[in-house]
Amino acid sequence: MKVRIDVDACVGAGQCVLAAPDVFDQRDDDGMVVLLVENPPAHLEAATEHAALLCPALAIVVDR
Amino acid sequence: MENLERVVVVGASAAGVTTAETLRREGFTGSITLVGDEKALPYDRPPLSKQVLAGAWEPERTLLRPDSAYLDQGIGLTLGSAATALDLARRTVALSNGEEIGYDGLVIATGTRPRELPFGHDLAGVHVLRTVDDALALRGDLLRSASTVVVGAGFLGTEAAAAARLLGLDVTLVDPLPLPLVRQFGDRVASTIASLHEERGVQLRTGVSVAALHGEGAVSGVELTDGTLLPADVVLVAIGAMPATGWLTGSGVPVDDGVVCDATCQAADGVYAAGDVARWFNPHFGGLMRVEHRMNATEQGMAVARNLLGARIPFAPVPYFWTDQFDAKIQAYGVFPAEAEMVVVHGELAERKFVAHYLAHGRVVGVLGWNMARQLRQDRQLISPATAG
Repeated sequence: MKVRIDVDACVGAGQCVLAAPDVFDQRDDDGMVVLLVENPPAHLEAATEHAALLCPALAIVVDR
Repeated sequence: MENLERVVVVGASAAGVTTAETLRREGFTGSITLVGDEKALPYDRPPLSKQVLAGAWEPERTLLRPDSAYLDQGIGLTLGSAATALDLARRTVALSNGEEIGYDGLVIATGTRPRELPFGHDLAGVHVLRTVDDALALRGDLLRSASTVVVGAGFLGTEAAAAARLLGLDVTLVDPLPLPLVRQFGDRVASTIASLHEERGVQLRTGVSVAALHGEGAVSGVELTDGTLLPADVVLVAIGAMPATGWLTGSGVPVDDGVVCDATCQAADGVYAAGDVARWFNPHFGGLMRVEHRMNATEQGMAVARNLLGARIPFAPVPYFWTDQFDAKIQAYGVFPAEAEMVVVHGELAERKFVAHYLAHGRVVGVLGWNMARQLRQDRQLISPATAG
């Protein structure tokens, strides 16, 4: 699995961090998404996909 | 649900698309038909009043999924046709193209329609904003505008006023309430929003209503109830939205400011609702709730798909929403009743970097952050359910 983020589209909702805290974080100053793991291991794949689905700004793309 | 072979989702926006995709992700192998009244492929609405209006994004960038995603997932699209009637007994939906489609499970996700003023909408230059066509038409007129009036200082009106001002336009924002977004966030946050808009050059005319729109063929001015005549060649009417439930009249589906649902978002046998149109019992806050926010469309679409498949799980979210205006990113979790007491807990209101908690009956029911996203997310957990009170 490979994860891409679109910081330009990100609205800083933090839903990805709630869904997959080992894969995503938010910048301190503006809350924009930070990708912690570009290729999440198998045990984080479901949470990562859930984060992508939840994102209200469609700022996370997951390629399998 | 037993014998679920055909699912029809009426409404091809965020809630409808999420419902259809979640059905597939959860292993549903029957047919899925997604019906939308617009011709465009399903797209996202929040950027319309932000990036699209400002010209930063082409409309294609708002697509919810690439074209191929529907075919790949076996989701049938019937676009450019509105649902016109529902027959609960025969389990059929009639469409404006003359088709009638049968279902075992139906999802109502028809969203809302903009509320209009009782006059003036026949004049050129008078706009509402809900669809991508609306946004492009409004942007086209704004680019030629000498003076723009935005009627209604809710989320849409304040965002559009900010976008128009960033285009360098002369913008006046009118609302009968004393402050922008006061009904949503209370006096102190609303005052801060008012200051932001005034500093950035938006002329605020609050505490006064629109009496008439003037013009011959095209709008030329907005008359206020105090007698003021504001010159205007573009008017955006952003005075709220109404659930798009006209097609359900007489069907037997309960409608009262939205499709009335139980805690599992079910409205009738085999019929569920999701997104802006759904008014369901949210057990987290102990009341009927209808939420016109983007996050809810996704979460409720997921919940409805699972419940259609038999999960029967109450949908009990903590609502989340955000608005971007000038350099302000305002985000909120929970509910913000008028009687709630607002307390700034982190940062400073005057510095426009803070998190505020809203308390009702001694418990936190909402948290709001202004340019403080990370802290806000951490405070979300403080919102306590109604049952804890």
